Amino acid sequence: MLAVNNVYKTFNSGTVNEKTALNNISLHLGAGEFVTLIGGNGSGKSTLLNCIAGVHAVDKGSIIIDGVDVTRQPEHVRAKDLGRVFQDPMLGTAADMQIEENLALAYRRGKRRSLRWGITAKERRFYRDLLGTLELGLEDRLSLKVGMLSGGQRQALALLMATLKEPKLLLLDEHTAALDPKTAVKVLEITEKIVMENKLTTLMVTHNMRDAIRYGNRLIMMHEGRILLDIEGEAKKKLTVEELLSRFGQASSGEEFTQDSVLLS
Amino acid sequence: MLQMIMSAVMLGLIWSVMTIGVYITFRILGIADLTVEGSIAMGGAIAAQAIYSGSDPYWAAFLAILGGMAAGLATGILHTKLKIPALLSGILTMIALYSINLRILGKANLSLLRMNTVFSPFKEMSFIQNKAFAGWGISHFMGVIIPAALCVLGIIILLYWFFGTEIGSAIRATGNNSQMARAQGINTNNMIMLGLIISNGLVALSGALIAQQQGFADIQMGIGSIVIGLASLIIGEVLFGKRGFFSRLLSLVLGAITYRIIIAFVLDRGMSPNDLKLFTALTVAFALSLPVIKSSVQQLVKGIREGR
Repeated sequence: MLAVNNVYKTFNSGTVNEKTALNNISLHLGAGEFVTLIGGNGSGKSTLLNCIAGVHAVDKGSIIIDGVDVTRQPEHVRAKDLGRVFQDPMLGTAADMQIEENLALAYRRGKRRSLRWGITAKERRFYRDLLGTLELGLEDRLSLKVGMLSGGQRQALALLMATLKEPKLLLLDEHTAALDPKTAVKVLEITEKIVMENKLTTLMVTHNMRDAIRYGNRLIMMHEGRILLDIEGEAKKKLTVEELLSRFGQASSGEEFTQDSVLLS
Repeated sequence: MLQMIMSAVMLGLIWSVMTIGVYITFRILGIADLTVEGSIAMGGAIAAQAIYSGSDPYWAAFLAILGGMAAGLATGILHTKLKIPALLSGILTMIALYSINLRILGKANLSLLRMNTVFSPFKEMSFIQNKAFAGWGISHFMGVIIPAALCVLGIIILLYWFFGTEIGSAIRATGNNSQMARAQGINTNNMIMLGLIISNGLVALSGALIAQQQGFADIQMGIGSIVIGLASLIIGEVLFGKRGFFSRLLSLVLGAITYRIIIAFVLDRGMSPNDLKLFTALTVAFALSLPVIKSSVQQLVKGIREGR
């Protein structure tokens, strides 16, 4: 479903702040795979997601989604195949617009927008049922401004928006990192439910090793712009945090694993 | 007194078309668009020159709208395609328009004395000429107020519809959260351009109406107009609330009228007309800084209370 071929990305090229974010990354995702992507700060995991989504143009290499080369497509064109949820709950939704207006915008992703009315009565009923499945009590507050919602509610809504029109690829960029632990668990449960029910091909970036091990059927670890580990199937199911750390130690040639953010799992 | 208020209502209605244009860029798109200063004069210049050359006044107003839209498009291209900051893009177009407007007018100002305007047919209507209005000395104002009010109402209904459509919603989403809009497949560059085009089309229409009401177009008529637009917008929001979209649009019109009433009042109290722009600028600066003033006053009050 997704093929990333020999992608390079360097920021601030030619200056003292030069930073190689992606160093010859290749990655293939089959249809229905749920991949967790883990790595420390600056490992390039968010950059990879942003390159796939078209936020950043790649320096070299190609990105293929479902057989179509999207490497040169602008962000809003690629969006028709992608569902995205961001780390910051403020970024995934339009705060000054109503819940139903946000959903209606997402429902039209990839469609040509016209001068037809922005939301229909039939859609409204559909959204109400859909919000009911979240069990957050949002189904009776369709016309509430999204800015009034909590971070967790906003992320749950953003998830719904990302998957409302079934994406070929779902990109989750640490979408629970800004939430309190209890809410994070709830949003992750909703995530798993939606991904499983719709058999969505998913790439989920996380800081949290336990989450990376617990969710999905394949785990990828990045370090300094490269893929260090790629574990799937039975091996992934048996994985523990300790084993992941020791394998990281070997793979990164004895380099100390000092990233607090990764150890804090 | 009645004449003063009617005059303020008349000017407020005509200028409210511009205020609505400023609202689209400033509040919906989140851009302070200085193109307005040039496109309002452009609207006046195009309309005046067209009428002077023998065109139908309605056709002249239509041409003015097209001119304003082109100005908005120019700013939109500078900002979205050439990546020049929005404020600077507006300034560049505004400055360029000064020369273009001079070319349109051929000189610094053009009089429309004894020419037919969009308001002429209304001024001659019998019910506007009736004794009651004439007796109060306001039939002249009513000849402008009635068509202007109809025009503003039409614009409000049209915009209310438009911003509820799929494209209109996409423009609102772009202004509210452009990253989210792109992730939902919205071409945010096109939406910003479209917003600027609509906004400046309205501003130019306002300029065309102003020129026809005052009976001349002047190269200087745009100076300070963005501040007048912002003042009207903020007065409208503060005094008349910002609940639904329809009431928001209506509050812009009421804000523009209130602004004119305030101006008429301070002039009547003996303020020099030369100080008007200073007064308006201070009003807007004060209104825009209200949130900061409010919070620091709250801090102060809290501090005093805890000090005791």
